[in-house]
Amino acid sequence: MIHLEKRAEPSKTWTAFTPVLAVILTMIAGGLMFAALGKDPFEALRTIFYDPLFSEQFSAYSRPQLLVKAGPLILIAIGLSLGFRAGIWNIGAEGQYIIGAICGAAVGLALYPSQSWLIYPVMILAGAFGGWAWAMIPAILKTRFNTNEILVSLLLVYVAEQLLASMALSTLRNPEGNGFPGSRNLSQHWATSNPELISGTGMHIGVLFAFIAVIMAYIMLNKHMLGFQIRLTGESPRAAQFAGVNPTRLILICLGTSGALAGLAGLFEVSGPAGQVSIDFNVGYGFTAIIVAFLGRLHPVGILLAGLLMALTYIGGELAQFMLGLPGASIQAFQGMLLFFLLGVDVLTNFRIRIGHGGKK
Amino acid sequence: MSDLLLDIKGLTKAYPGVVANDDVSFSIQKGEVHALLGENGAGKSTLVKMIYGLVRPDKGDMQLKGATFAPQEPRAARASGVAMVFQHFSLFDALNVAENIALGMENPPKQRELAKRITEVSQAYGLPLDPTRMVGDLSAGERQRVEIIRCLLQDPSLLIMDEPTSVLTPQEVEVLFKTLRKLREEGTSILYISHKLEEIRAICDAATILRRGKVVATSDPKTASARELAELMVGSTLHQPERATQELGDVMLEVNDLSTASASPFGTSLKSINLKVRKGEVLGVGGVAGNGQDELLAALSGESLSSANSVIIDGNPIGNLGPNDRRHIGVLSAPEERLGHAAAPDMSLTENALLTGSKRENLAENGFINWGKTREFAEKIISDFDVRTPGPSHVARSLSGGNLQKFVIGREILQRPEVLVVNQPTWGVDAAAAADIRQALLDLAAAGTALVVISQDLDELMEISTNFAALHHGHLSETRPCKGLTVDEIGLMLGGANAAA
Repeated sequence: MIHLEKRAEPSKTWTAFTPVLAVILTMIAGGLMFAALGKDPFEALRTIFYDPLFSEQFSAYSRPQLLVKAGPLILIAIGLSLGFRAGIWNIGAEGQYIIGAICGAAVGLALYPSQSWLIYPVMILAGAFGGWAWAMIPAILKTRFNTNEILVSLLLVYVAEQLLASMALSTLRNPEGNGFPGSRNLSQHWATSNPELISGTGMHIGVLFAFIAVIMAYIMLNKHMLGFQIRLTGESPRAAQFAGVNPTRLILICLGTSGALAGLAGLFEVSGPAGQVSIDFNVGYGFTAIIVAFLGRLHPVGILLAGLLMALTYIGGELAQFMLGLPGASIQAFQGMLLFFLLGVDVLTNFRIRIGHGGKK
Repeated sequence: MSDLLLDIKGLTKAYPGVVANDDVSFSIQKGEVHALLGENGAGKSTLVKMIYGLVRPDKGDMQLKGATFAPQEPRAARASGVAMVFQHFSLFDALNVAENIALGMENPPKQRELAKRITEVSQAYGLPLDPTRMVGDLSAGERQRVEIIRCLLQDPSLLIMDEPTSVLTPQEVEVLFKTLRKLREEGTSILYISHKLEEIRAICDAATILRRGKVVATSDPKTASARELAELMVGSTLHQPERATQELGDVMLEVNDLSTASASPFGTSLKSINLKVRKGEVLGVGGVAGNGQDELLAALSGESLSSANSVIIDGNPIGNLGPNDRRHIGVLSAPEERLGHAAAPDMSLTENALLTGSKRENLAENGFINWGKTREFAEKIISDFDVRTPGPSHVARSLSGGNLQKFVIGREILQRPEVLVVNQPTWGVDAAAAADIRQALLDLAAAGTALVVISQDLDELMEISTNFAALHHGHLSETRPCKGLTVDEIGLMLGGANAAA
């Protein structure tokens, strides 16, 4: 018989090791799934995890993609992790990402075609503001009327998507675009573009911001009272109240920060890799970032690694679809397995497994 | 030896880093009230958990009524006739008594039948209880009756009781003892865990004393004195708290017409509380659990806010200030619930030291935490208050209840409070640690701090308080000097007799 025994203290070894174990289990279960689909599992796994980085044929294209995809994931996940640590659940980063992109792009488009180095910083501010403002809706509703931020933030994603479609079709549509939906291409205009900083690496300003966010979050969580209050609130809300933490302030800060970072990610995407405001601008970074945040155990460094891993499964997944004809749904199932196993093996951090009959150990 | 009910031989249970029970042997006779005595961390809980099937021993065996007894889980223990009343009740506030009891049964009978049996049992054992009442409306004593009746319905041959009197008034203790005596007459054995030595002397027939996981003595509590028992338990001579007689200073804490609504539907609202505490005074606030103790502490600590003038410290109105602003001017507090309120269970002791110490100990500069200094503060608490732990990096929930309580009280005392409010400072704490904590509180008073000690332990309050008041349904009685107060008068105050006056 197998049973679980609670540990006196959470195991430090397992805290670090469970993500690795989850990845291994995902590879095994995913391999079985690919085999069931009639593909060679080893080839599929190699295509997903190895080829994007090291294959001579593809790496020139896919290696830079790693940072391009990981950047927004990390930036958004860092913001989300602050709230998640405190038990404040912003599920609507996708919406904040869209609004950030719209606001930032709107500033850039309004000032088109002026040439000033000041334009891009203003766009960055506008992007952050847009995401922040969108996140303030669930925040204020929660603090004033005690509404559930999970539902409000999630539903606002769909509002944001409608707004995005409307912007792409009318307000922000390219006047020289022959009536096609979508705005002017921001990345083709010097003053509004988010270029690759080092060519061939995929490194753009947004990736830089993501790395800075990792460092700032690390410092805040470990060295600053605000980080301590966030962790305390998540661990024990009553103890946090006793310690004098103001829950309203914390909700506003956590939702605001995650919204602003998601907005920034949207702005960097719209002015860089995506280039323009279009109907299908958002591709689910805001939702995937939730997985990234948990995969990284809500720890800044963990999120950095998780973001890179998640980006890899995206790029590798695309490659596998293209090369091996794997269905897109199987790639999504594969990514889902990753979260499933991570949450599943999480139990090992706080419990140890005992095998055998009862007391005799 | 046909009278032997439970015979335990060589039980051993080790946890990582600590041997909780080391070769423990003792036996319980039929119809005996057997006391299990020991300091916190002596291994009492582990031992009864093994008897009740919650924990499996590494070594050793148990015999129940002559047959091998190795329960795999509580259900098996119950089937063999072992029942347990826990220190913490597992009852649902929003269900009635009969529904709560049904939840713990294997095959609950129909509600009406069950209600009838509950009434029968409660009358037979002198434990009045209405099966249709909501548990949320019951006092702690009545809740305990629910747990006891739940056990008695199984007709147990051994009833384990973990600190049963910690939540009872003196009158309720008398009722409980009558029930226990009746059970004993009927041949039911009782394993009685308590720190209150006088009680053990009053009701128990035999006592097994544990120290650091080992049986150090078996004693007859009828002939041994409370002091002898305590010294066996602690393994050294017990220190009695001393108080210096001194003049009281100016009024430090004043509460005027304080009323707060309770945050929880089953809490108690405070109704127009008035009190004054002088420098060097210890105001003991008695009362049965659930009469507004938590709410009073919250109102004084700043967790619940009121109008500015309802709480005045040294002439300054502070009723509208939060916990940290109050700490800043020296109003500190230690709530009853150690894990999850006074301390965060999964955070280290260093982090828990920061929890209330950040302001007064200057542990953070411009919001940036000085971890080195915080760790030193935690280490100082640990060494000054003899907190037994391998070090400040261990999480709060890894400490035993008494050790964590010493940490929590020590954390506030070391911050040199002007006013200190504590709720149940020695609840579930062993005799030696309790004496240390009381002495520390008295020393603080001697140094001029104004103290409010909320407790359900009347002996404790009489021992350390200058003045006494009682909470009843959210009202506070008038304050009276402890000297010359009789047990009857206290009982009346606890019952709210003069609260309306």
